[in-house]
Amino acid sequence: MTGTTATATGPAPRVRLRHHWIVRVTHWVNAVALTLMVGSGLRIFNAYPAFARKGESFCCWPWEHKPIPDALTFGGWLGGARHWHFALMWVLVVNGLIYLAFIYLHGEWRDLVPRRGDARDALEMIKFYLFVRPSHPMQGKHNAMQKTTYFLLPILAIVQVLTGLAIWKPVQLAWITALFGGFVWARYWHFMTMVALIVLSFVHIFMVFAVDPYSIQSIVTGGYREDLSPEARNARPFYHLLPRWRDRAAEEE
Amino acid sequence: MDRRKFLSAGGFSLTAAFLAACGLDRSERSQKLLDLAEKKNEGVERTLYRHASMDHAKSSAKLAGMAYPSYFVSKTVPVWDERVRGPWALEVDGLVQRPTRFSLDDLRRLPMRRQRVNHYCVEGWNAIAIWEGVRLSDLARVVGVKPEAGYVDFQSFDDDYHESWDIESAMHPQTLIAYGMDDHMLGVAHGAPARVHSPVKLGYKNTKYLTKVVFLPRRNGGYWSDQGYEWYGGT
Repeated sequence: MTGTTATATGPAPRVRLRHHWIVRVTHWVNAVALTLMVGSGLRIFNAYPAFARKGESFCCWPWEHKPIPDALTFGGWLGGARHWHFALMWVLVVNGLIYLAFIYLHGEWRDLVPRRGDARDALEMIKFYLFVRPSHPMQGKHNAMQKTTYFLLPILAIVQVLTGLAIWKPVQLAWITALFGGFVWARYWHFMTMVALIVLSFVHIFMVFAVDPYSIQSIVTGGYREDLSPEARNARPFYHLLPRWRDRAAEEE
Repeated sequence: MDRRKFLSAGGFSLTAAFLAACGLDRSERSQKLLDLAEKKNEGVERTLYRHASMDHAKSSAKLAGMAYPSYFVSKTVPVWDERVRGPWALEVDGLVQRPTRFSLDDLRRLPMRRQRVNHYCVEGWNAIAIWEGVRLSDLARVVGVKPEAGYVDFQSFDDDYHESWDIESAMHPQTLIAYGMDDHMLGVAHGAPARVHSPVKLGYKNTKYLTKVVFLPRRNGGYWSDQGYEWYGGT
């Protein structure tokens, strides 16, 4: 492991271990597998890019029978995409279980579970991003909005597994299908949960590049420079591209 | 590692992963892995399988009716021409004690099942219809299926269309040799004079324009299964 110890001469350790290797490996396995699951899922969707049961119409999807552009799909054809989807689902499930078991046993769940005060903390973050509040709130490893996102992702993943089972086995696991309101709705919720996962992933990636690009190091090598954290830099999205605003914020402090 | 080096390394590995992924769907090694996954998945699906698991079409949902899709693989819609081929009959043979030919009237004399169930297509749509026919498990009792029969092949007069099943799914109480649909005689678009219909298998496993039911010791592929769709295709 690199950079986890302070040198005898230096004052405080500058690079600290932020993510255990299990978290880093499961993060990247998840990133690749989830991308391929979305791609193959969209290819499967394109075989019938609608939700209506035959002979009915569907209330809640304005783009019935409009396929997803091929470039965003994976697997080549319906059968191929199905093979990929049904193979990678095990990778995602096993990977997710390893991650959840690890953060439970190792204590990281404490950084992620919702706590009283999260709503107020999230409001402080929003105030900071909107320049209402001059200084970055100190909220620990993750701020309240990050925490909520990272807590929501495993929950969405569980919903995604259940809706997936519901449309894979609508007869043998009919009770799960019924739980989601039948086959048509289970398929709809499987799609919408994917949309939610994509949106949260893109927000996550945007914030990494816009606010805390140094965190990329911590999810690859594990090391994180606390002196470059958003708190230390008083960083708002794209703060490095907005020098004047940064100066004003610094003055106000 | 400084930031710039680090970002470029990260960017590179992401790109590499993506390129690998894009080439993946064509590579032979990944095909082997996918075949293995299909086999393992079939094991999981057969473990999950229960005779008692039934399909229940939502009572509030409409029958598909005219919107019920149909397809065939011949150039034109397959129609049994009695003048050319003689009277239609369903041949049941293979690993059975009494190989039998059933005329449509013979089938109608057996206990009739009427069920309002879903049809699940591999493409993702479902359609509800009322099916009338004979349970394959009843037919199996008539011909006396031997214990070594582990699979059933359903053959048709729609070119060489056929699909083979595991015997468990074939003996499911909702697996019918159907000759009626939505309280009418089965039409030529939907597999007349008789077809397999069961909600426990995806649509492509439900052979239409049926001519032969053969009980086998091992599986015999199928029209779509041989083209790369899952052989099991269970719901």
